[in-house]
Amino acid sequence: MTRKLFTFNGGVHPDGHKSASNGAPIRSMPLLPRYVVPMRQHIGAPARPIVAVGDAVLRGQMLGAAEGYVSTAVHAPTSGRVVAVEPCAAPHPSGLFDLAVVIEADGLDQSVDFQPLDWRALDPSALRNRIREMGLAGQGGAVFPSYIKLNPAGQNIHTLILNGAECEPWITCDDRLMRERAPELVRGIEIMQHALGCKTILIGIEDNKPEALAAMRAAAPATMEVVSVPTLYPGGGGKQLTYTLTGVETPTGGRSTDVGIQVFNVGTAYSLYRAVELGEPVISRVVTITGHVQQPGNFEVRIGSPLSDLIAAAGGALAGASGEIVGGPMMGFDLMDLAAPVTKAVNCLIVKSPTLFPAKPIELPCIRCGACARACPADLQPFEMYWYSRAKDFGRAQSYNLFDCIECGCCAYVCPSHIPLVDYFRFSKSEIWEREREKSSADQARVRHEFKAFRLAREKQEKAEKFAKAAEKSKAAAGSDATAPLDPDAEKKKAILQAALERAQKARETVEPRNTENLPPRVQKEIDEIESRRAAVDATMETKE
Amino acid sequence: MIGSPYTLGRNNTSTIMLKVMLALIPGILAHAWLFGPGIWVSLFLCSTFAIVFEALLLLMRGLPMKPFLSDNSALLTAWLLALSLPTLAPWWLYAIGIFIAIVIAKQLYGGIGQNLFNPAMVGYAALIVSFPVYMTQWVAPLALADHMLTLWDAFDVVFAGTSSISADSYTSATVLDTWKTQARLQTPVETILGQSIFGWAGGRGQEIVVSMYLLGGLYLLWDRLVTWHIPLAFLSGVAGSAAVLHLIDPMQHADPLLHLFSGGVMLGAFFIATDPVTASSTPRGKLIYAGMAGILTMIIRGFGGYPDGVAFAVLLMNICVPFIDNYTQPRVFGHKRKQAEKVVGKT
Repeated sequence: MTRKLFTFNGGVHPDGHKSASNGAPIRSMPLLPRYVVPMRQHIGAPARPIVAVGDAVLRGQMLGAAEGYVSTAVHAPTSGRVVAVEPCAAPHPSGLFDLAVVIEADGLDQSVDFQPLDWRALDPSALRNRIREMGLAGQGGAVFPSYIKLNPAGQNIHTLILNGAECEPWITCDDRLMRERAPELVRGIEIMQHALGCKTILIGIEDNKPEALAAMRAAAPATMEVVSVPTLYPGGGGKQLTYTLTGVETPTGGRSTDVGIQVFNVGTAYSLYRAVELGEPVISRVVTITGHVQQPGNFEVRIGSPLSDLIAAAGGALAGASGEIVGGPMMGFDLMDLAAPVTKAVNCLIVKSPTLFPAKPIELPCIRCGACARACPADLQPFEMYWYSRAKDFGRAQSYNLFDCIECGCCAYVCPSHIPLVDYFRFSKSEIWEREREKSSADQARVRHEFKAFRLAREKQEKAEKFAKAAEKSKAAAGSDATAPLDPDAEKKKAILQAALERAQKARETVEPRNTENLPPRVQKEIDEIESRRAAVDATMETKE
Repeated sequence: MIGSPYTLGRNNTSTIMLKVMLALIPGILAHAWLFGPGIWVSLFLCSTFAIVFEALLLLMRGLPMKPFLSDNSALLTAWLLALSLPTLAPWWLYAIGIFIAIVIAKQLYGGIGQNLFNPAMVGYAALIVSFPVYMTQWVAPLALADHMLTLWDAFDVVFAGTSSISADSYTSATVLDTWKTQARLQTPVETILGQSIFGWAGGRGQEIVVSMYLLGGLYLLWDRLVTWHIPLAFLSGVAGSAAVLHLIDPMQHADPLLHLFSGGVMLGAFFIATDPVTASSTPRGKLIYAGMAGILTMIIRGFGGYPDGVAFAVLLMNICVPFIDNYTQPRVFGHKRKQAEKVVGKT
């Protein structure tokens, strides 16, 4: 256990508040009368609903199928009846609604026939397809579909890192999971190893979780190394944990797989175990409910449980609660609607109170003290990005590597002027994305327009060539066989056409704009000059074309 | 929209400024003990003028009083200027200096965080250019003075002028001034250093004050209010170039120790060049900025018209800060090493 650890620059030590919720074992929630299962619970395309209103569903039955490559399935958390397939409140910073399947539980909680897999006998690619149908997505927060991350093709993954750092304050769901279910979790890691074919396995856990470290060390076989890493936010960030354990920096704009390292959250490993060894798709996860509530703790929560029911399960919010945060206090977001359900991404719900989360002090001018730069784990200069973001000079902000910002919040945490730096960076990023979208759609429109012009020109030319050929042919035919009877119909049509063209020509020639008649010679001369200039311009335009 | 993080550290501007002022207190006490009560008068006057001017300008700019006055930045500027000026100068000298520092160098540039030049040094530079006579009448250490001034005498001198007491009885030239004039007259080094105003390292008394600034500076380093880059580079720049000059011509250029312990070098290294608003902000940039400021200080001391050069050196390097910062951006996590240098060159 004497692995050399590396220390990334920056980071902060916010108060942990872990003991508020990590004392009691994981409890299970009572069965609820109603579940709201969003189709978008992962990065990528939302799942496509495959049930209709009125359908009876069983626990574990697929409600939405993966749509496209970056997508995964979603399943029914209990048995019951589909009462709606409609946009519902979702746990998202925007507060926007998302398409969801609403299930009215029948209280029987009957499940489909779960089929365990003999994964050791299965080929990794067959295993991956099963995992996709099981709805696995990374539970660390990014919810990237796991089956894609388990594909080692062309990546030469040599190291698998299990992220049990849980560096965000307040959150303890991974801590309790590792303490209580380490053997199962380790089975999940073995499945990952089988799929990836990697040799080294490192399990990184921050040293503020001694019980979890002990439990994982007891459960892990000799092939896995459980590493205690220093408690330093954001030490649980994928790039930071990778660096701490291996000294390898994930290249900018890339993923850790570019350097042969794959990172999974420990919760994902546990869900993988359930999916493969028990055959149970992802229909629940462990969620921390903490802060200003009666009985903070961790719950095994069915996906789709409304967050208001989660608060109720924790004994309800205490008097004076002032809102809720989804996720941790450093990177989470304000909950807009308590009706929003738990999804695969929701790891924590914190009920706020003015004492736990005092109102932010007013924002003062930046004094360029550089505290943000010293706290930044990405080695950025946040105050420079702030000046340019504030001035809406997004190009300049981007040249200070705005997109290497992981929005961990360390800069805003240490800022003596209490500037909400991350808000500025989120604003700049979205503005830049918006501009790029606009630019690319403008580019597309231009390309389409150019192609259309090209196509019209080509068709015109082709038509002309066809006519010329046909004319030659008919001429030749006429020459060789003068007695060949002409098609009378075609002759007639041609004559009519010709007559029409002549009429049009005549009309053009005779019709003159009235107000140009009987002009004095001076004006007429002027008009003639203009006309000649216009002709010259037309001529040059034509030659240009 | 105000999003995460929802929890903040305990850092705030007002406390930072207060801690820097706290770090100045040992030097102030030493000054009062060794040079008499004049320093209390100049500190009091500068602080009062600074708050009045700051409040007036905030009022004119329509900004809220409380958050900006309580950031303590004007007070810190006032203290730094007071410690750079001779004590017992006429009251209007302090008023003009503070007016230039707070109104012109700070508020007219947009207030805290927006000024390009160190306000205290702009005030100092304007005064030394405009009122050289008053700016070179330094109070002699009590040990050498013919006359002991009380606090009331000090007020009297500052407000009523020097009518009742002869200025010669309590002032003397500084060691840098004396060295400069005497060395140009080809006076032997031993004779110069033998004068009573010279102590074991710098000026008598002054060297103790300077040591106290060093002590305060070490506290700033310990409390991480400043990083080591600027003080170390500045002191190295001064000591290094002083050593080179001294080796070349010991008759004209004093030894590095005298330079480190006289004038504004120590105050400059820890309290003035480190002003975050006007200093370079990247690690390598800080080294270049402060090292160059140290060298410029020595060039001005050795060859310029003024006995001390800290203020002009810092102001000259303030000009270069955006340029230095642009070319010294640190490598960003996950970027290749070579990329770091040209990150910001492209706009």
